[in-house]
Amino acid sequence: MKHNDRIILDSTQFDLTIKRLAHQLIENFNDFSDTVIIGLQPRGTFLAARIKEELKAINKKFDVQVGALDVTFYRDDYRRQDMPLVPSKTDVDFVIEDKKVILIDDVLFTGRTIRSGLDAMLAFGRPRNVQLLVLINRRYERHLPIQANYIGKNVHSVISERVKVSWKETEGEDRVILYTPENE
Amino acid sequence: MNKLSVNHLLGIRYLEKRDIELILETATHFKEVINRPIKKVPSLRDITIANLFFENSTRTKLSFEIAEKRLSADILNFSSANSSVKKGETLIDTVNNILSMKVDMVVMRHPNVGAAEFLAKHVKAKIVNAGDGAHEHPTQALLDAFSIQEKHGDLKEKNIVIVGDVLHSRVALSNIFCLQKLGANVKVCGPLTLIPKYISSLGVEVIIDLKEALNWCDVAMMLRIQLERQDLKLFPSLREYSMLYGLDKELLDSLDKRITIMHPGPINRGVEITSDVADSKQSIILEQVQNGVAVRMAALYLLAGRIE
Repeated sequence: MKHNDRIILDSTQFDLTIKRLAHQLIENFNDFSDTVIIGLQPRGTFLAARIKEELKAINKKFDVQVGALDVTFYRDDYRRQDMPLVPSKTDVDFVIEDKKVILIDDVLFTGRTIRSGLDAMLAFGRPRNVQLLVLINRRYERHLPIQANYIGKNVHSVISERVKVSWKETEGEDRVILYTPENE
Repeated sequence: MNKLSVNHLLGIRYLEKRDIELILETATHFKEVINRPIKKVPSLRDITIANLFFENSTRTKLSFEIAEKRLSADILNFSSANSSVKKGETLIDTVNNILSMKVDMVVMRHPNVGAAEFLAKHVKAKIVNAGDGAHEHPTQALLDAFSIQEKHGDLKEKNIVIVGDVLHSRVALSNIFCLQKLGANVKVCGPLTLIPKYISSLGVEVIIDLKEALNWCDVAMMLRIQLERQDLKLFPSLREYSMLYGLDKELLDSLDKRITIMHPGPINRGVEITSDVADSKQSIILEQVQNGVAVRMAALYLLAGRIE
């Protein structure tokens, strides 16, 4: 950790936040019939898996199907970046036709990823409705009229700052930090 | 690295190993896309691609066309049979006229060796070689490598034999470059009149006897006898060719192991390969065709990433 890093969620808060989000979903979705979870690649899938686990821990009945959706081919900034975007795996082995979809990503910032996600999802059918769940909602820099239905934590930050969500599975620790990248 | 080192796809010769690996890796994602209920992605919605076919083609042309449509590109189709080429227009004039309609990429098949390279030097669009004479056919080699990888995993140290009319085959040359770059061992098999003299300079050994070749390999690529390109009689008769170099079920079953059979199409059934072999479980001919769309989508997608 560098001197200018600021912890937004430590591992205890992280855990509590996920538990709270899971309970909020239960309030709204009851028994989760006709409901599926879609995590956006690459990093929304960790949160999707965690939410699924948490729901199952609360009640075994809440066994929701989870898919991973890659939005690379649907992005609007392809060829506007120096490097071509690298796709990740899409793994949605169910049809979302007439399903209630909980779309999950780790950070909501400009809204462009979510826009691509909504577009990409249509390749798997027409959902009855879509709700958005994010761990971190970065305010003030939305490019599109997109809002989350469930928010882990709101963060007020300037554009030059970055939010980094770390996961036990890959980085060894659950936490969220806000930092200013050097050389920028 | 996730960027191609080249601006055009002219031949496998010009690609680095990591370019080939990048295209194959990207193709796995597109293969998933084309097996979805809705098979289309909007990646190239602002790109226009001209398909220029100065030589007959069914599979390659359709495959490119569907790959382009799945990527949401706009398409112009041109074939020389009913065009002003017949009135004496030069290649550059034809292409520049098409490009003035704001075309970003050109997919071209041409009977002359080096046509794609020539075009790349003289026009601004990104060029994809869809076959130039008996020279290269890069996307075919890429889809073949993809299909082998899907069936056998890593190509390193895999034994692959290319059987038949190597002399007239752009598929053979591109495949030799591609497979060697990926670390596979490549040999060719066929009557010496159909094997080019330069083959040893590519580090490719010739096996004369078909059964010996098949017993050596993990994968056999059967090539089509290209009667339309043969001015001379290079073998006495098709019947004699198929007796010596045709693959039938009996020969296939007599081998020590189960090998994979490939064919770039179109098949001359009963000449280089019999129907029961072409339609057998060991044949991956139709997988090749399906993979062709995914691989071409990957190549077009990655090349489009280099448009300024």
